[in-house]
Amino acid sequence: MSQEVKLMKGNEAIAHAAILYGVDGYFGYPITPQSEVLETLEAEMPWKTTGMVVLQAESEVSSINMVYGGAATGKAVMTSSSSPGISLMQEGISYLAASELPALIVNVMRGGPGLGTIHPSQSDYFQATKGGGHGDYHLIVLAPSSVQEMADFVGLGFDLAFKYRTPAMILADGVVGQMMEKVVLPEQRPRRTEEQIARECPWAATGHSKGRKPNVVTSLELDSALMEKNNERFQETYRLIEKNEVRYQAYHIEDAEYLVVAFGSIARICLKAIEDAREKGIKVGLIRPITLWPFPYDAIREASRHTKGILVVELNAGQMIEDVRLAVADPTMDIRHFGRMGGIVPNPSEISAALNRLMNHES
Amino acid sequence: MKQEIIIAGFGGQGVLSMGKILAYAALMDNLEVTWMPSYGPEQRGGTANVTVVISDQEISSPIVDTFDVAVILNQQSLDKFEHAVRPGGILIFDPYGIHRMPERTDIRIIPVNAMDKTIEMGNAKSYNMILLGALIKAAPTVSVDDVLKGLKKVLPERHHHLLPANEQALLKGMELVD
Repeated sequence: MSQEVKLMKGNEAIAHAAILYGVDGYFGYPITPQSEVLETLEAEMPWKTTGMVVLQAESEVSSINMVYGGAATGKAVMTSSSSPGISLMQEGISYLAASELPALIVNVMRGGPGLGTIHPSQSDYFQATKGGGHGDYHLIVLAPSSVQEMADFVGLGFDLAFKYRTPAMILADGVVGQMMEKVVLPEQRPRRTEEQIARECPWAATGHSKGRKPNVVTSLELDSALMEKNNERFQETYRLIEKNEVRYQAYHIEDAEYLVVAFGSIARICLKAIEDAREKGIKVGLIRPITLWPFPYDAIREASRHTKGILVVELNAGQMIEDVRLAVADPTMDIRHFGRMGGIVPNPSEISAALNRLMNHES
Repeated sequence: MKQEIIIAGFGGQGVLSMGKILAYAALMDNLEVTWMPSYGPEQRGGTANVTVVISDQEISSPIVDTFDVAVILNQQSLDKFEHAVRPGGILIFDPYGIHRMPERTDIRIIPVNAMDKTIEMGNAKSYNMILLGALIKAAPTVSVDDVLKGLKKVLPERHHHLLPANEQALLKGMELVD
């Protein structure tokens, strides 16, 4: 690990981390608030150093299908976009999942629905965690809350995607994409050689079978009996991911009488409200899901056993709160939502006020 | 130690850059720092602002609603942020173009005639450095040396011949604050 501390935007950190991880290809199309990913890659010109391909496609649909093609050959490939662009990619993402292809998709969310606004939002939680495209599939969804995690989750996302042969998504928002913060980048890893890919990805369509059975990468299976078998295999993978890969961070939950659940950059604004509450002697804790799928149901259930109420804070109308409700065993628990929409980010005092309403049983 | 700073004005006045140089200065001093800009169309001419949080400990929220220091460069920003300065805090503003002066009595209000000084110095690009000088004099969270080191990081090398002019503007800004 080179320990040089740098200052950069979350979007820039994604780009640098991709080059350093040894990613083979990036295909994308500009959209605020994530355009710095593509801009940074083009400024760094990794095709001259690691040989990484960076390509601005003509559309998001094109980008995700280039990802599909690259992933089918066993290459480490990725794309990034923001909410409306990610909606355009859903068909391709479903095909990637159905073809059991590893890939990384970054969504730096902005306010919707529709073209909406360019300002921060978390209103794509349902889309990211509950499917998004058609069919029974899941993405591994990582939610960074700092520039450091933006960098770290590129490597983590690819590692998990290749381990389970399923696409992974970094679900960020305009705050963590646009803010600058200190970051320590990983060391440069070489891109994998053709031999490595052939060895590590025996399923990949590498173009020269040399006696082995040709690999066919497709999401189509017209024989329903076989298609059900495929689905059963996907579900087995998802159960394994749920068992092994739940990640979350807990702050002050040991003695918490009230629990806040929030993800991404908003969890940090909540933490400031919690610090203020703790100074007044109010025992509030926070659980920040890092994997939104698989969701940390058990951790939230466990933390809720001794709490009087739960506040779920999101930049949306109430999406993750459904998973929090599923997690909590006690049906009488007071679980409330506080959210801002349309690109508005709440400040810490708004969250403190919502906490006070919860504690005072006010609506 | 924690300082929460907002710099607000028109897009094009160097608001985001000033914040960036300040953030790099904090980095040079091994402090924790977050830099959160307003982004979008305001960068091309409307109002723009940036929140910089500097601390010797891990920073929770990059977004805050009250500030220790506000650097205000236009009337809209003064209207919006005068009351967001904490009691005992500092409000630095350039009276140029301001028609309603700040009214708070529980904070330190520092007028800095940066626009006049910029015209006098004959270099339009020194405007934000004069204000940054005033800021680090009034609230010395980071040192002049760190700001100059930070500036060197922010400026692309092809612009490094501008470093002396920037240093001069920074020192001039410091002189404008008692």
